[in-house]
Amino acid sequence: MTESAIGASSPGVAARLPRRPLVGVRDPEAAELWGPVFGDQDVGALDADLTQRYPGRPHGECIAVTGRITDRQGAPVRRQLVEIWQANASGRYAHQADRGPGPLDPHFTGVGRCLTDDQGQYRFITVKPGAYPWHTDFNAWRPAHIHFSLFGTAFTQRTVTQMYFPGDPLLAHDPFFQAVTDARARARLVATYDHELSVPGRALGYRWDIVLDGPAATPRETDA
Amino acid sequence: MTVPPPTLVPTPPQTIGPYFGHALPFAGGTDIAPDGHPDTVTVHGHLYDGEGDPVPDGLLEIWQPAPDGTRTGAPGSRRREPAAGHNGFTGFGRVATDARGRWTVRTLPPGGIGYLSLCLFVRGLPGHLRTRLYLPPAQEDSTTDPLLSALPPDRRRTLIAVPTGPHSCRFDIHLQGPEETVFLDFDHGFDHP
Repeated sequence: MTESAIGASSPGVAARLPRRPLVGVRDPEAAELWGPVFGDQDVGALDADLTQRYPGRPHGECIAVTGRITDRQGAPVRRQLVEIWQANASGRYAHQADRGPGPLDPHFTGVGRCLTDDQGQYRFITVKPGAYPWHTDFNAWRPAHIHFSLFGTAFTQRTVTQMYFPGDPLLAHDPFFQAVTDARARARLVATYDHELSVPGRALGYRWDIVLDGPAATPRETDA
Repeated sequence: MTVPPPTLVPTPPQTIGPYFGHALPFAGGTDIAPDGHPDTVTVHGHLYDGEGDPVPDGLLEIWQPAPDGTRTGAPGSRRREPAAGHNGFTGFGRVATDARGRWTVRTLPPGGIGYLSLCLFVRGLPGHLRTRLYLPPAQEDSTTDPLLSALPPDRRRTLIAVPTGPHSCRFDIHLQGPEETVFLDFDHGFDHP
């Protein structure tokens, strides 16, 4: 499936794509070379564990997702906000616009957030999201994915992306994943199973490291 | 400023999708200005697609220096706590467009520059869009600001908010069409404006 298929099945997308080239900015005084700052008050104590919000446990396979956020030089993005949202184990979002066939889970909302630590590490406990159909005309299914909203040390690095799971056969059929044409960049979107990260008796461990693009105001020491 | 050459392949963006509404907007996200501040400016606008239709599923983020020109921001960007030791101004705001494509934020004019930095996320787009909102009056900036001065007048106009009152202005964003807003790239060199 192609990008035109995305347009044909996502109402109005063709009219949303800008047609003019982007205008480059290389101003060393640009305000975008700085960015918003977050602190402990911006996240709740349980915000990073999506399985502990309700009296009961959510359905599905419990997973621990962790990784390190750096810039392109490998310097850690310290004490920054990471926000995630995802479907439940049945592939259904707890969002009123999702009319998919999967059942809602009364014990799962699928929203989380945390701050990275001083090494740029983040960690979430959640359940593995289900795949779901997004347009029946095209036999189109989204592979299991978790949406990530990321802040860097500069507003130039602000981005939103999706994490996928290794070995998912739907990746070959997903126009959103395949829209990234560079194989090395596409590989960045797929987590790896890491047995060392699994929590015995509780959660399977996945590692997903993130590299943010974009210049920042001051060069920082590269983490050794 | 010596910057080491980039070495790592960056993680590419992916579409925000339709289901961010219960995850990203937060209470107070539209109130960048501390409550009751006398210098508060209301900035409002519409988000339109190339057909002129409102875009009801967009998310707009604002980043800016403080009124004194400070660019370092302050912790509490999504949960401001004046009692925690800062002046209640973090320079960050977030607003989702409503069913008619409208958005409104209240802020304080930034010190040292004439613009707010915007990052826009829209259902269906493969990645985010970056632009700037120049507060009126921006006429003097059009010769001294490196971005405005590099743009032809008809393109420059898309970045300048229009006054709607003594303390308010309107900034409509057009994703496409004859009035397409200028969108920015910070990762590479100057393109042809």
